[in-house]
Amino acid sequence: MAGRNLPLWPLGILVLLLVAASFAIGQFPVSLNDLLNLTFGKLFGPSPHVSSLVATVIFEVRLPRVLGALLVGGALAAAGAAYQGMFRNPLVSPDILGVSAGAGLGAVLGIFLSLTPAGVQALAFVFGLAAVALVYAIAARVRGNDPVLVLVLAGVVIGSLVGALISLLKIIADPYDQLPAMTFWLLGSLANVDVGDLKIAFPVVSLSLLPLYLLRWRMNILILHDEEGRALGVDTATLRIVFIIAATLMTSAVVAIGGMVGWVGLVIPHIARMLVGPEFGRLLPASMLLGAGFLLLVDNVARSITSSEIPLGILTALIGAPFFLWLLAAGRKPWQ
Amino acid sequence: MRLATHNLAFGYAHKTVGHDVSLTVESGQIVCVLGANGSGKSTLFKTLLGLLKPRGGDITLDDESVLAWPRRRLAQTMAYVPQAHADYFPFTVLDTVLMGRAARVNLFAVPSQRDREAALTALHTLRIAELKDEPYARISGGQRQLVLIARALAQEAKILVMDEPTSSLDFGNRVRLLEYVRLLACEGLGIIFSTHDPDQALACADIVALLHQGRLLRCGQPQEVITRENLRLIYGVNVDMLGAPYSAHRVCIL
Repeated sequence: MAGRNLPLWPLGILVLLLVAASFAIGQFPVSLNDLLNLTFGKLFGPSPHVSSLVATVIFEVRLPRVLGALLVGGALAAAGAAYQGMFRNPLVSPDILGVSAGAGLGAVLGIFLSLTPAGVQALAFVFGLAAVALVYAIAARVRGNDPVLVLVLAGVVIGSLVGALISLLKIIADPYDQLPAMTFWLLGSLANVDVGDLKIAFPVVSLSLLPLYLLRWRMNILILHDEEGRALGVDTATLRIVFIIAATLMTSAVVAIGGMVGWVGLVIPHIARMLVGPEFGRLLPASMLLGAGFLLLVDNVARSITSSEIPLGILTALIGAPFFLWLLAAGRKPWQ
Repeated sequence: MRLATHNLAFGYAHKTVGHDVSLTVESGQIVCVLGANGSGKSTLFKTLLGLLKPRGGDITLDDESVLAWPRRRLAQTMAYVPQAHADYFPFTVLDTVLMGRAARVNLFAVPSQRDREAALTALHTLRIAELKDEPYARISGGQRQLVLIARALAQEAKILVMDEPTSSLDFGNRVRLLEYVRLLACEGLGIIFSTHDPDQALACADIVALLHQGRLLRCGQPQEVITRENLRLIYGVNVDMLGAPYSAHRVCIL
């Protein structure tokens, strides 16, 4: 297949350029000159040429947001690539086991109880993990020939159960104060990401990426039938649990800070697979770069196109859904 | 190398499929397990490979019980060739064959140059090296089966366990596959394969084991085991045996 051996560095450079451009985009004008001066100032000592207001905008407003977009996009795409391989299904996204739904319930509950933003995030994180743990526990109790199918079905059921609880909370919430906050959170946004969030989310995501990276070649074997993988000498059950824990932790961490941003984890791994093939050692970095770049681009649009913020989930769906349909219509079966 | 089962009972958690199966496969030998659909061939093979726990009896390699062996060690000794199937993702043929190295690559490592060479050698042995960059999903069924055999060779196991390797192949590919099975046995591999076609057993097996309702009905030389009476017993049909022209083999005719 063409393009299998595409090098990854051009993609990396593209993302870096996008990052640089992102600092200049926004309501407050920042010139290229300011940007360069600030960068060199940080590296080689303070520069006298830039006003402190510009520095504040760059380092305290835009930097956390840019880093947040990279982290959320990269982590969602990496988790999506892992889940799609693990479940041998290219139509799977990171929320297949109910992590987003669980996190959504946690966040909505946090808002309902008028917790602090940090409290809402913590609750989202814990509920996301709890939902997946519940799904896994149910699947482990059901005897079946196809453990993967049972897991996915349990995920669908728990997801819709949790969805009902979210709706219930929305109905009994204060419609003027709490409901808009809930709706906004459920649609995803990076508007409130600050350095403190990143200090928690970044280590969690890095730590979860480590097993995905170290076991990247073995991931390919999970795509085979379970029995085939085991006959090749691989303990597929343990490997699958490790991957599920890693991908779930990572998704929970970024959903807790960015809300429910759909489509990234589904569409980005497809594009990555078209570019570099399904071999996970190449698919993982390609997915992360594409996911980080894509979400940064979308977030730039979300914060600059109108004077008020557009929720990220709306934009990713508006872009992701037609793109996916185009893939289908163009006969480029996204999974082949 | 000698793989043996001793009064093996096999099946699933709540259901024993077969019992009292004692079989041996030695290096350089082709053993064919012949049986009707549902006779327990696949379950027997899964038990041999350690994918199912035996319900009783023992499995040994060179007289050492393998029941407690870790998966990795089993895979270094025995390789599984499943029926060719479509793939879910577009791995190349070479990537697919490289997966056979899983039991030889360290847990956190990726395949080395040596592993690549082993995979390429396996492709050369089966004369499909030119397919190495093709997506596995786009090659023919016959070629896929050869790729799966190549994967087993890359595994560098001593015993190949092949579950109905010819079932999805057309006539030409079936003949070609059996020729390769012969060739690999000549190079010293022990091969145990299952089929429901007595002609294949006659054509290439050293030993034929007739599996009927989970029990070993007969086991021995093809000419002695594959008889009118036995075939009627396991398949419930009447066939005649004919000497095939230009060969010492016989074939079954209706």
